Amino acid sequence: MIQAIAFYFFATIVVASAVMVVMARNPVHSVLWLILTFFNAAGLMVLVGAEFIAMLLVIVYVGAVAVLFLFVVMMLDIDLAAMRAGFSRNAPLGLLIAAVLLAELLLAVGAYSAGGLSLGSPDGAAVQAADKSNIEALGALLYGRYIALFEIAGIILLVAMIGAIVLTFQAPKPGARARQDVGKQTRRRPEDATVMKNPEIGQGVEL
Amino acid sequence: MTAFFQSLGLSYEWAWTVATLTGIIVISLLVMFSVAMVIYVDRKVLGAIMMRRGPNVVGPFGLLQSFADGLKVFLQETIIPSAANKGIFLLAPIITFTVALAAWAVIPFSAGVVLADVNVGLLYILAISSMGVYGVVMAGWASNSKYPFFSAMRASAQMISYEVSIGFVLVCVVLFAGTFNMSGIVEAQRGFGFGLINGYVVHPLLFPMWVVFFISSLAETARAPFDLTEAESELVAGYQTEYSSMSFALFWLGEYANILLMCSLNTLLFWGGWLPPLDWAPLYFVPGIVWFLLKTFAFFLMFSWIWATVPRYRYDQLMRLGWKVFLPMSLMFVVVTSGWLMATGHFDSTAPTAPANTADFVQAAPAQATAERGQS
Repeated sequence: MIQAIAFYFFATIVVASAVMVVMARNPVHSVLWLILTFFNAAGLMVLVGAEFIAMLLVIVYVGAVAVLFLFVVMMLDIDLAAMRAGFSRNAPLGLLIAAVLLAELLLAVGAYSAGGLSLGSPDGAAVQAADKSNIEALGALLYGRYIALFEIAGIILLVAMIGAIVLTFQAPKPGARARQDVGKQTRRRPEDATVMKNPEIGQGVEL
Repeated sequence: MTAFFQSLGLSYEWAWTVATLTGIIVISLLVMFSVAMVIYVDRKVLGAIMMRRGPNVVGPFGLLQSFADGLKVFLQETIIPSAANKGIFLLAPIITFTVALAAWAVIPFSAGVVLADVNVGLLYILAISSMGVYGVVMAGWASNSKYPFFSAMRASAQMISYEVSIGFVLVCVVLFAGTFNMSGIVEAQRGFGFGLINGYVVHPLLFPMWVVFFISSLAETARAPFDLTEAESELVAGYQTEYSSMSFALFWLGEYANILLMCSLNTLLFWGGWLPPLDWAPLYFVPGIVWFLLKTFAFFLMFSWIWATVPRYRYDQLMRLGWKVFLPMSLMFVVVTSGWLMATGHFDSTAPTAPANTADFVQAAPAQATAERGQS
């Protein structure tokens, strides 16, 4: 009973806020609705007993990815008139994409109602999930049965990360301003930078 | 507490609901009360270090100062700037405050004294504290004013940077404890140091991680010397510039609740939580919550002390510390720690005990629930 109420509560908010992501006029509002969607999706994950995935969803998507989204979108100069200017030009392409998505949705729903396709379930012999916590069960699968896929995914991410660093890294040009040396800065003491002068009255200070 | 309400003749579901609601209210009220008192302590410590008296007018020794301030902001008019994005402007302080309170759900105050003894407690805290940045970012953007906006930019970059190293530090602790459950982590620290000292901090691999965690928790709560989000000399009052009255007070309370949360996390993860400092029988006569509060308070004193003595970091120094010092260091320590634990056979020896603890915590609840249902 409570599960059903909670499910429909979270699911309604997920769908409604997902609609609002598209409908909101202000991009910042869109991102905030998107965050609400992520958060309630995490609630759905908790309901099916995948609390580890739920926490990861919040930490990774809400805590990091969406913050970066918001970071970029907030800095945009939003001009609604200019955004709507290209409407008639972009409309055919938009309609095409919308039609493709609608067709895919209908196909998926139709295929599902015609009877689920059995792709074979992963055999549960590798791990007895019943008596283990979420994290242990996932860990046993990821570091046991699917170790190769897991490592490949890790290497792909590493390559992507290094690629991004290489693309944005600029070697300091010769003759550019001297780079800061934090050690040197913190080692600097008042004695190194100042001198005490005690001139006679009527005499100036030579610096 | 569920059992107590069941003894009053409620069914299990209702007893659980009432017990949980009571727990939420009690924890929120206590956290708010300690926030008020801790603000007083903060001002007194600052006054003492600056050789001033600090608040001493309202009530005995000025103890009621925070309540007087609370009453004052409550009676003020709430001003919403006409150019502000109204909904988000009002939502921001509410999010900050709610998130700051929500994290306390998994903090064990003493053995078994915890609202939600979930087995992903540490991840929950990480998730909730990563939500905290939204209050600041939304406030900064919705104010439609340049200083709050700069502050929001700084806050979002700063919190993401330090969360990364906090995550790696937590991984080191979890590797030792073998569980994400907060109570389990504290229990795993019993007699950890030479069978005598309760606390992870004595281990040479975990002491540097504690230092990293402590400094990162200063940065995560935007506390001096990392209070660049509200640097008075540069940004007026940062993201709070346009706020007044209760909306301002909610930021204020949320900020201090977060600071207390970070102090208690230092206690729970590295200093043995509610366990006495030494694993020595007479010390266990003191209730666990006393040890927990004493340790947390000691960390808060360190926070105040640092606030009063350390000058503010430059923004590039802050970023350098987070990404170029803490991140490589904590990443290396994860590798070294797991290697060390494998080499010393930690996982073989503690595998029966540590996961068994977790399993107890996880499975005790449903088993108990069915037992209690059977009785009712």
